[in-house]
Amino acid sequence: MVQSVPQAAALGFELVTVEPGHGAIFAPWREDLVGDPDTGVIAGGVVTALLDHCCGLAITSSMLGNVTAFSTATLDLRIDYMRPAAPRAGVTAQAHCYKVTRTIAFVRAQAFDADPADPIATAQAAFVLKRPEEPAKP
Amino acid sequence: MSDPAERLQAFLARVPYVRFLGMRAELAGDEMTAILPFAPHLIGNVMMPALHGGVIGAFMEMAALSQLSLTAQSARVHKTIDVTIEYLRPGKAQTTYARADVRKIGRQIANVHVEAWQEARAKPIAALRGHFLLAGLS
Repeated sequence: MVQSVPQAAALGFELVTVEPGHGAIFAPWREDLVGDPDTGVIAGGVVTALLDHCCGLAITSSMLGNVTAFSTATLDLRIDYMRPAAPRAGVTAQAHCYKVTRTIAFVRAQAFDADPADPIATAQAAFVLKRPEEPAKP
Repeated sequence: MSDPAERLQAFLARVPYVRFLGMRAELAGDEMTAILPFAPHLIGNVMMPALHGGVIGAFMEMAALSQLSLTAQSARVHKTIDVTIEYLRPGKAQTTYARADVRKIGRQIANVHVEAWQEARAKPIAALRGHFLLAGLS
């Protein structure tokens, strides 16, 4: 899920941990991903993609025992930016899928550069679960 | 640099992440349209195929910041405080457009609404509402 998705590979995502309902992914700093040329801080867009992707990982991992293959689609994603990441710092995201219904998964996530207790951003998201036998539309 | 078109292009050229996305923007009078041509590295779902939700969110956030570079002139990049992204339709493997509406500019904070679409303006694929902390206005 980190390497097989083109956008995740393009951003250089690295899997940190995965366990049922939880996932963590690291996005390394790169010159071409800078959002503020004055400071060298990684772009907010990278953090957005990272949080979205990490939420998807947490959902997938919560369904590991499930025999039915399914895909997820983001319904809504709310991100609060506490502070900019440190200049030239990579970002780690941790997500927790805390509730799954038949059609919707609810996830919380946060992103930090050095210390999980001092996040740069927090996120709250809802995803639609698309099961093959009954394709759901968001 | 008072010409709006020049200011917009200068802003886009300065941000490395804009080039990573492959995003550009055009100005018709005072109306800016952000354009994201399809590229394989933007894909988040290989099976459909569909654009990564994070890419669509990041594109709309950059559209808001681009619009603010016109509306709230500053030598520095404005900072995102929070964004709420709503996903309405899958982002297909084709060009995406976005327009940003600056709803309110205060002394410190701007409220911006963005809508993204592909084939038809009346069928948006996603929307973003965000607050941005304005860098020192010039």
